[in-house]
Amino acid sequence: MLRVTGLSAHYGRAHILDGVALEVGPGEVVVLLGRNGAGKSTTLKAIMGLVPPSAGSLRFLGREIAGREPFEIARLGLGYVPEERRIFHDLTVMENLEVGRRPAPAGMRPWTPERLFALFPGLGALRDRPGGRMSGGEQQMLTIARTLMGNPRLILLDEPSEGLAPVVVERMAEALRALKADGLSILLSEQNLHFARQVGDRATIIEKGRIRWSGAIPELMAAEAVREQYLSV
Amino acid sequence: METLVLQALSGLASASSLFLVASGLTVIFGVSRIVNFAHGSFYMLGAYLAWTLVTSLPRGHLGFWGGVIGAALGVGLVGLVVEVLLLRRIYRAPELFQLLATFGVVLIVQDLALLAWGAQDLLGPRAPGLRGSTGILGMRFPDYELFLIVVGPVVLGLLLLLFHRTRWGTLVRAATADREMAAALGVNQRLLFTSVFVLGSLLAGLGGALQVPRESVNLHMDLSIIVQAFVVVVVGGLGSLTGAALAALLIGELHAFGILVLPKITLVLVFLVMAVVLVLRPHGLLGRPQDRAQPATGGAEPVIGPAPRPLLRLGAAALLAAVVLPPFAGDYALSVLTEIAILILFAASLHLIMGPGGMASFGHAAYFGMGAYGAALAAKWLAAPMELGLAVAPLAAGLFGLVFGWFCVRLSGVYSAMLTLAFAQITWSVAFQWVELTGGDNGILGVWPAAWATPKLVYYYLTLTLCIGATLLLRRVIHAPFGYALRAQRDSALRAEAIGIDAFRTRWLAFALAAVMAGLAGGLFAYAKGSVFPTFLDIPRSVDALLMVLLGGVQTLSGPIIGAIAYTGLQEQLVRLTDLWRLLLGGVIVALVLFFPQGLAGAARARWETRHGDA
Repeated sequence: MLRVTGLSAHYGRAHILDGVALEVGPGEVVVLLGRNGAGKSTTLKAIMGLVPPSAGSLRFLGREIAGREPFEIARLGLGYVPEERRIFHDLTVMENLEVGRRPAPAGMRPWTPERLFALFPGLGALRDRPGGRMSGGEQQMLTIARTLMGNPRLILLDEPSEGLAPVVVERMAEALRALKADGLSILLSEQNLHFARQVGDRATIIEKGRIRWSGAIPELMAAEAVREQYLSV
Repeated sequence: METLVLQALSGLASASSLFLVASGLTVIFGVSRIVNFAHGSFYMLGAYLAWTLVTSLPRGHLGFWGGVIGAALGVGLVGLVVEVLLLRRIYRAPELFQLLATFGVVLIVQDLALLAWGAQDLLGPRAPGLRGSTGILGMRFPDYELFLIVVGPVVLGLLLLLFHRTRWGTLVRAATADREMAAALGVNQRLLFTSVFVLGSLLAGLGGALQVPRESVNLHMDLSIIVQAFVVVVVGGLGSLTGAALAALLIGELHAFGILVLPKITLVLVFLVMAVVLVLRPHGLLGRPQDRAQPATGGAEPVIGPAPRPLLRLGAAALLAAVVLPPFAGDYALSVLTEIAILILFAASLHLIMGPGGMASFGHAAYFGMGAYGAALAAKWLAAPMELGLAVAPLAAGLFGLVFGWFCVRLSGVYSAMLTLAFAQITWSVAFQWVELTGGDNGILGVWPAAWATPKLVYYYLTLTLCIGATLLLRRVIHAPFGYALRAQRDSALRAEAIGIDAFRTRWLAFALAAVMAGLAGGLFAYAKGSVFPTFLDIPRSVDALLMVLLGGVQTLSGPIIGAIAYTGLQEQLVRLTDLWRLLLGGVIVALVLFFPQGLAGAARARWETRHGDA
């Protein structure tokens, strides 16, 4: 579904990504693991076209998307949920959802606010609340819901568990499992291994802009040395 | 009592007209962050187009209202062309560049309007059905004014509906808050920005078209309305429609009653109110800090190093030529050279606050003019000799720089720039309206140099010495610890404070120093011309300074020098070559913004660096 090969990116002269390769299949949840500053967010941004890749190929649904503009990439069915959530603060919950709305591809059951309120029960009561006056957890639900309104085939999810209370993280994991059951592919960037193993099928470890390890989640749980080397703080 | 009511009503009518123009400006700024100088030109075009349509269409309701609507649509179309051909390419450029580009459009439209409609004022017909007047409290009030009073709130209501009740409006508000996020959600901003710009232009055109029955259509409508519209937009809070409506009301009524109470200072009053509002509320009445504001000059600035050797040699050669050649030059060439030397210092002084300081000033002419008036007033009232006058000039300007700067450097970005504009307009208004002291429009004549400096060549050498000396001093300041502190606070005020730099004081001193230098330039200019006029401190002169700095390149030290020479030379040549110099100059400015976004010196440096490896 999404195949990334040889992806490199720079901020000024600093090399941030160096030949990143990864793959996400249909209905698969791949977790991009790594410490702070390893290049997880930049990988997602480069796929989305928000950071211009300096080299590499990005193939999504059989089409090359490297060098395209973010709005075109989004319209091809790739959703992006940023780490900072970036809710439109002056817009209400319903208006935030409206900004994300795009027609669904043929054969897909389109997301509606009602369906999303069923998935994220907290949001339904806040329809007319401005985005700026919501808690962090509510904003995190809203930012995912907003991206889903575009009826994406795959979403890039940047550290959704960050800064959330444990009980909210549990609810988030539940929602992601439901989305996966629905057939959505997810590329999830995470530092929280506990959260990652609840939702992920496969893991890819990135450090200093390079992919260091890839494999199934159970393999990662078995490989203590790998976890020790790349993930322990 | 009756007079007061009528005065209030006519205040409402002008508030309404003002709001139409300001609403378009604020909508455009809110979304694209572009400060559109050409908005006044669109207003003027609206008036001209409406005049043509209304006078050529058959008389009657259809002809008149059809003409007004047609003019608004026509201006919307012009906006479309300007956006697609020009602005779309420079959305990522620093704010001041966008301003420069739109000012290029102002110049182009001025000459095109002159070509199409001629120089004489045009009087349009009055609106059918609204020619009469209505009795209010026993006095007559024109129906058309009543109609205008209704138009403002109706447009405000429609715009609020558009922005809050349609998908398009929701997308626009989202893109206003966070362009990148909106794009990542599949929103095509290009289309959105274009449509917003067309809407804004259309509103300006409508505002202009509706003025046709009220006043004559002329070529000065553009700059006079744009300044008022800027004031309204800034007082209301950039990007806020309701704020613009409130501010238009405030300014409209202020005008109406100001004329009754204090006819002498009506011009000052408006800018005084703007200054007070900005000091109390740095983001205007209803404005908010910008979410993801760009720094005034965009991104990280290149480090300023010592000039490479070839550049030093070139500079030395140019200086040598400036010293050796003039004895062979005629009087006309000498006055041009004197003027260029003065403008180099003027540009260099503005560069200090714009480049290393990271602040924008739309009103630098205030200090230039203050220097000129300081010298002239000393000569007129105290019979001061030239030597004393030239000492008074920088002191007077520096004093005002300290006072005005204390307010301006507290604000940031466009607000700060607008406050500098407000102060400049206050000084201009005083020079213009306080006839007893300044001679008003007639200026002060007979400001002549001392006997020994009267020959043009001697005065040229005097000017050259003072201007080049002062410019070199400014360069020295940039390379001194004070200059480091100035650049540090520009790049990060917070981090600079953390290492013990008083960012406010640094900015303030830089502002005052720039004023001192501009004042010296102004004083020299006064004696060179033998007279001073309010035009020494009006907007076009501030824009000249901006153009010179931006043309040369903000982030290079030689930028202001090259910019001053290029700009003066270009203008001088164009004026001599053709009557349509504005059209050409505007075209050149637009081309420069599109192809040399770093300015001339910046582009030269970029070439140098690619050829000689990164310095």
